[in-house]
Amino acid sequence: MTKPLYERPTLVRHQMGMMNKFGRAQAMQPLESIDGVSVDELVKTYGSPLFVFSEADLVARYRELHDLLALRYRKIRIAWSYKTNYLDAICKVFHREGAYAEVVSEFEYDKAMRMGIDPTHVHFNGPLKSEATLERVLPAGTVIHIDHFDEMAAAERVAERQGIRPKVAVRVNMAVESVPPWSRFGFNLESGQAMEAIRRLIAGDKLELAGVHCHLGTFITDPAAYKQAAAKLAHLANTLRSEHGVLLEFIDVGGGFASHNTLKAQYLPGEQATPSFSRYVEALTEGLSQLDCDPRDLPTLVLENGRALVDDAGYLVSTVVANKRLRDGRRGLVVDAGVNTLFTSFWYNHDVVSAQPFRGIPEPTVIYGPLCMNIDVVRDTLVFPAMSVGDRLVLKNVGAYNVTQWMQFITYRPAVVMVGRDGKHGLIRRREQLEDIVGPEEVPDWL
Amino acid sequence: MTIPQKLRDLAISETGFLFDPYTGSTFSANEPGLTVLEGLREGLGVADIATRLRESFDVPAAADVERDVGEFVHLLRRSGLVPEEFTA
Repeated sequence: MTKPLYERPTLVRHQMGMMNKFGRAQAMQPLESIDGVSVDELVKTYGSPLFVFSEADLVARYRELHDLLALRYRKIRIAWSYKTNYLDAICKVFHREGAYAEVVSEFEYDKAMRMGIDPTHVHFNGPLKSEATLERVLPAGTVIHIDHFDEMAAAERVAERQGIRPKVAVRVNMAVESVPPWSRFGFNLESGQAMEAIRRLIAGDKLELAGVHCHLGTFITDPAAYKQAAAKLAHLANTLRSEHGVLLEFIDVGGGFASHNTLKAQYLPGEQATPSFSRYVEALTEGLSQLDCDPRDLPTLVLENGRALVDDAGYLVSTVVANKRLRDGRRGLVVDAGVNTLFTSFWYNHDVVSAQPFRGIPEPTVIYGPLCMNIDVVRDTLVFPAMSVGDRLVLKNVGAYNVTQWMQFITYRPAVVMVGRDGKHGLIRRREQLEDIVGPEEVPDWL
Repeated sequence: MTIPQKLRDLAISETGFLFDPYTGSTFSANEPGLTVLEGLREGLGVADIATRLRESFDVPAAADVERDVGEFVHLLRRSGLVPEEFTA
């Protein structure tokens, strides 16, 4: 007779709270493959830990947002937010779909130019654009979003020197309900500073005001905030037209849509709390209905999404290196990917699933990374099935901000692969090597 | 080995449902956990319980069964099902 398979003897206390008014916790399903390619095969080919991106998910998210916008508003543009993930392959997918680039530094601008992006298809944000940078980007036709008066003055000097009249936008900040105000970027609307900046720009007569821009914040789960923001920008556009005869080419409402992650302080899981794209789009277009102009003169609606497009398309595969029993009775799993690799584990309770079928009783577990640092906690207490050394787990919704904000700290940064729509897969960034890190180092002769 | 009274009084079903009559708490144990509990209630030590687990289950070569039994006893202590000073 065949003996039953062994699993570590375990004991789990029954606790209240497993049920709530939204139903019981969902049973975990293993994620054995990503877009038809087995996780096992990916790790055997590229190593562990490993970031995996689904091309199909990237395309699906972009098209969903684009098509919903196109249904409700005639002139739309999505500018892909480079800072959320500026790997060439990721950018290429979005640019292939028609996205402009939204960059916030000269480095990101260089990346966009390297990709062959038309400079006039770049929105340049951020509080630091040096005069040297402006000398380069303004003659190329890139639209900068002016953040402060000093930048406006610098742009005017460049325009005068170069004998050009570049198109620019003015960034404004504003108060809307349910979102903490981000007042550090741009000019404040309610205080009159934004109108003052615009009057100053018009009076200077060296720059052409093509658009206004705002970015409310990040991971905004209340679509009504966008309705208010769009309405305020629409009123600003109406004022510009009636008082100054300025017809804006675009109104840029920034990004900030939430992905399906769950913030650490969030009550409901992201799967339930995150609004659909259609709710954001509906709110935005309702706000823009305040525009008072000939339909032929409608400004283009620009969105600068990143997280909401890329986060759900990214996975991090990690391997169990040890099991521990903690003093308080919880199980500790040590895995080979830590907070240096998964920067967003500081923000989110990432959804983690097993990459192979499992048996036995799930129990309270803490997932630790491999760093010799007490802060290296990838997930603090989740109910997780028993795992053995060598087993794999998959962290979901990790596509945004990780492969840009990850740190070279203690370990090498892992490889990143993309799985294509037809089962093909390939490296989009190889694993880091010693030479990548020590290459820029120098030891002075005198040492 | 002295078998703690709490362990003797623990109500254990065949499916691994445990009821602690002292506190009213309930627990679930997996099959190997049940085997360990049975062994402890018979007064067996770690080595004998590990042998029984190897006889009863298909144990991978890499598994450290003695350590697993020790961790399970730690869990029993943490759960208040055996006294803090109890060792197998």
